[in-house]
Amino acid sequence: MRSHQEEKSSRMDYAADEMMSIAAARELRDGVLCFVGIGLPSEAANLARKTHAPNCMLIYESGTIGAKPEVLPLSIGDGELAEHADSVVTVPEIFNYWLQGGRIDVGFLGAAQIDRYANINTTVIGDYQKPKVRLPGAGGAPEIAASAKEVIIILRHKRRAFVENLDFLTSVGHYKGGKSREGLGYTGAGPTMVITDLGILRPREESRELELVAVHPGVEVDQVREQTGWDLAVSDDLKTTSPPTEEELGVLRELRRKTEAARKEGAG
Amino acid sequence: MDLKEAVSSLISDGDSVALEGFTHLIPFAAAHEIIRQQKKDLTLIRMTPDLVYDQIIGMGCAGKLIFSWGGNPGVGSLHRFRDAVENGWPCPLEIEEHSHAGMANRYVAGASRLPFAVLRGYKGTDLSRVTETIAPIKCPFTGEELVAVPAINPDVAVIHAQQSDRKGNVALWGIVGIQKEAALSAESVIVTVEEVVDEIEPHHFQTVIPHVAVDAVCVVPRGAYPSYAHGYYDRDNTFYEAWDGISRDRETFMEWMERHVMGVEDYASHLKSIEKEGIVSR
Repeated sequence: MRSHQEEKSSRMDYAADEMMSIAAARELRDGVLCFVGIGLPSEAANLARKTHAPNCMLIYESGTIGAKPEVLPLSIGDGELAEHADSVVTVPEIFNYWLQGGRIDVGFLGAAQIDRYANINTTVIGDYQKPKVRLPGAGGAPEIAASAKEVIIILRHKRRAFVENLDFLTSVGHYKGGKSREGLGYTGAGPTMVITDLGILRPREESRELELVAVHPGVEVDQVREQTGWDLAVSDDLKTTSPPTEEELGVLRELRRKTEAARKEGAG
Repeated sequence: MDLKEAVSSLISDGDSVALEGFTHLIPFAAAHEIIRQQKKDLTLIRMTPDLVYDQIIGMGCAGKLIFSWGGNPGVGSLHRFRDAVENGWPCPLEIEEHSHAGMANRYVAGASRLPFAVLRGYKGTDLSRVTETIAPIKCPFTGEELVAVPAINPDVAVIHAQQSDRKGNVALWGIVGIQKEAALSAESVIVTVEEVVDEIEPHHFQTVIPHVAVDAVCVVPRGAYPSYAHGYYDRDNTFYEAWDGISRDRETFMEWMERHVMGVEDYASHLKSIEKEGIVSR
């Protein structure tokens, strides 16, 4: 068996953030309708569209259906998203007919805090009435988490983000575990996967508690435990993520380069 | 109509006001006019407060905010909004917080002149705990437990559009957001437009708001800057990034607002004034 060092030197060098986006992109099957949040989810979804999933349809909450951005949008409603979309609809239509209507296969979300049942906080750190940090809030996330057939969450693995107790529950994952989510009457199955810069977690069958199922190359389980605020469950069958291929890295970097260039051009 | 006159005659202290536009076509020029006229104790309604409400809140014109996502898109926090919520500066700001789906449905109910809207959401979240305007409701036909949210009927809706014709019909296209619902839910409607044309041309995914639903049309070219007007100018992402520094601290913010908003006559002079200091990109 090769050591991690040899593994790394035999491949292209890459950053943990790149591994995260690539691992997330791989999970998006070709042809699915994907409701995309801005930032990390948008990068991963567009990477998927430009590699193995050219027919995946991206839907942004601003009302663009089948968006095909050439560069990553800074905001959820950049003109770039409407330019080549199959359709542009109103905000009530995107949430009522498309999301609540059960047409979305995958909801792709980010988070500020997450707990062991993949519930999400994007509202406040500290007390709601007297917050330490006031975060942007819910946006489209609660209903994406409720109604998309499945939800993939992408965020950096930090102890302050992976917490024992959320300061505020903005969007429901597997709620209190077990069958508790079903009791809320939501039509979507909830989070099926959490992808971080350290590895991949999935909810366990019965308890619905997140379990570490894969680490990215070079990452030790203890490192992941260290950055998780609860006693992390680890799969008996722990896998190691395949490192990025040359194509994946190439496309991701080109996407970032073009995005950066477009922004500079905009500024010039 | 002149924007100054529209704002002074249609918006009063204490009114509930919705300036809408989902990232696209945000009515900045009208917001500046509200600030210059030093309106007080407004209830601001908007799905995504954005820089436009950061400015109004920071200048002390608002007593309450009804919203669903309060950030600087792609950049980070709205510092004036945060300062108001976290420290009550420059005055306490009551908040009523929803999700996008909840806000969108509240506007639809408002435009329909129904008392409330129904959706499948919020259950299990802390939003339903902290926000009084979220309540459970049972479907009278199936018995399903759903959630009700009350209609929004702002005293005034303000939107920006690409064009109007001479009759006052208003056309917007590109990302059309929530503007139609916001306009039709309100008692009065102010629209700023890029230009007035003899005849509105058809565009993909265009929305036309008939003149009978509009109270004032004001021509303000680039009135949505630093957001964008599809087909006219792009979003100035550089300004959105620069705002982070301008708004982070109270003094810098106040100085900037004094110089570029309070101390100018209208939006055209505002744009000249920030251009001179190299803040505006194009």
